[in-house]
Amino acid sequence: MLNINNLHVKLETEDKQILRGVNLVVGAGEVHAIMGPNGSGKSTLSYVLSGKDGYTVTDGTAKLDGADLLAMEPEDRAAAGLFLAFQYPVEIPGVGNMTFLRTAVNAQRKSRGQAEMSAGEFLKVVREKAKRLSIDADMMKRPVNVGFSGGEKKRNEILQMAMLEPRMCILDETDSGLDVDAMKLVADGVNALRDAGRAFLVITHYQRLLDHIRPDVVHIMAAGRIIKTGGPELAMEVEKNGYADLLAGAV
Amino acid sequence: MALPQPKLDKLAALTAGLALPKSGWAAPARADAMSRLAAMGLPDKRDEYWRYTDPTPLTTAVAPFAAVFDAGDETPLFDAIDRVKLVFVDGIFDAAASDDLTLSGIEIDLLSRVAALDIHWARDSYGVLECRGQLPVARPLAALNTAFATEGVLIRVSAKVTKPVALIYLHKSDGSDVKLHHCIKVEQGAQLSLLENGPAAARFNSVLEVDVADGARFHHIRAQGRDHARHAATHIFARLGNGSAFKSFTLTANGALTRNEAVIDLDGDDAAAHVAGAAVGDGQFLHDDTVFITHTGQRCESRQVFKKVLKNGAVGVFQGKILVKQGAQKTDGYQISQSLMLDDDSQFLAKPELEIYADDVKCSHGSTSGAIDDTALFYLRSRGVPLKDAQSLLVLAFLAEAISEIEDDAIAEDIRLRLDGWLSRHGR
Repeated sequence: MLNINNLHVKLETEDKQILRGVNLVVGAGEVHAIMGPNGSGKSTLSYVLSGKDGYTVTDGTAKLDGADLLAMEPEDRAAAGLFLAFQYPVEIPGVGNMTFLRTAVNAQRKSRGQAEMSAGEFLKVVREKAKRLSIDADMMKRPVNVGFSGGEKKRNEILQMAMLEPRMCILDETDSGLDVDAMKLVADGVNALRDAGRAFLVITHYQRLLDHIRPDVVHIMAAGRIIKTGGPELAMEVEKNGYADLLAGAV
Repeated sequence: MALPQPKLDKLAALTAGLALPKSGWAAPARADAMSRLAAMGLPDKRDEYWRYTDPTPLTTAVAPFAAVFDAGDETPLFDAIDRVKLVFVDGIFDAAASDDLTLSGIEIDLLSRVAALDIHWARDSYGVLECRGQLPVARPLAALNTAFATEGVLIRVSAKVTKPVALIYLHKSDGSDVKLHHCIKVEQGAQLSLLENGPAAARFNSVLEVDVADGARFHHIRAQGRDHARHAATHIFARLGNGSAFKSFTLTANGALTRNEAVIDLDGDDAAAHVAGAAVGDGQFLHDDTVFITHTGQRCESRQVFKKVLKNGAVGVFQGKILVKQGAQKTDGYQISQSLMLDDDSQFLAKPELEIYADDVKCSHGSTSGAIDDTALFYLRSRGVPLKDAQSLLVLAFLAEAISEIEDDAIAEDIRLRLDGWLSRHGR
């Protein structure tokens, strides 16, 4: 599904190489985790895949079902089925959460040639999915992420994911700032979406989240490259010994 | 002090073709306004309150031409609202297109129809608040209006009127030069909503005098015409009695020059005055909100919320003042003026002023100008919202605080739709 080949990325404004040849293949139905120390390029990878400004791809490719992601506008990537759950969900004062969600759902449906969801139908679906994430009606009425707690913001990301039903989901440190209960809610939300046609790329610092969202494959990223790939046991190893051994081994 | 010769010449040129009515109940007020105008002279760029806005197109002997805006097959604003309609075409009342003006609890007269009478209730209102509003800041164009206005509505409200009165200003002649003067008296405990919509003329000068008596409420929503080359100088003069409420919202899309002045005196205690504006301009567009709010009574609340969206060299001006007089304790004054620049070519000039002579007051003001938040834009796009729609959403979000001053949901929705239409035509 997602096929990243030799991806090199630098910052647009300064001559700083962040990604130095990332290779990654995520198949349909799979859950991959990327772990790595601060500054290894994990978040950059998620931003570049979703189309954020400020980065220059100097080499390599990234494809979603064979389509060149890097040539698409962010909204087209979303319509093609890519979703990024932000590490820091953005506050948008003045735009109601419900309005935002409905605009997004209908924009994607429209670009795929599907009919827009009626207000009634949308409301029914959103209420049911929000309930599962313990998101109350008041949160839906408030402006997007404004005044939300850390946990509420992350749950809101998962609600968006559940409503948009993307095929390739990237979770960028979705566990950061979450207490144990909130993490479980978020993980349950993610697990409910797991199916044979959908893939996940879970970026995290800690093995903790991976107890709840069991990955098929774990990658260790350092200095802009994936330096080691293994099974879930790799995450346990990081938790126990830290990154130092792995990094030393890679040099 | 005698006026300098150029000012005298300009005034003579502008008033040469205008007739000052010599009879009727309004004649003394008109003569008085003329003499005040002669003492003030017309404004020019050297006047403190016209530093940012060149008034020349408003003071030339002949009005600059303005082609009529083609709205296509768009539904007119407020069309679905149940209202009493008064239609003016280039400042002339169109009885055939207007509704029957008899309505319980409210008396509506046309200035032109009652001008010849010797006695009319409006004699005690016409030009009174305008005259009072000339201090401490001179407003010569308002005095010009009082002296020479040819039409207007005189409304006296004695009950809670639920149906809004709607003034529709059509513009059909490229060179029309129109002065309308409205007097509204909302009597004790009464209530009125006034809607105004349309450009009115190529050059439009209006005065709206509103007296809101004790416990009365007045709600005003206006949308100024979208003719790109039109020029407008509008004035609101309001006095608020004890426990009364005044709310005014203005939408401005397009227009070569718009100067909207609001002069509000919170005269009684426990009164509330809100003035808000949303202005959007692309290219040849200068929009100026000049507001003066005086807190005379105690425990009054005032709010000024002005938002401007500018692109392509458009200019926004805000001059807002809160004056808290001695004894006006427990005043709560709020003022915010913000601009959103859609490119690097536009300009926003703001002059917030606070002058406070009471010691137990709360007054805040803020002014900002900035661009669309790229992070929010990316967030929306990453959820599949196309760039243009994402921008519109964020622009409407920016304007939301001003629009929220409209109490009626259906009217607010109409205003939002109009803005949405403008954004789809003028977005990046």
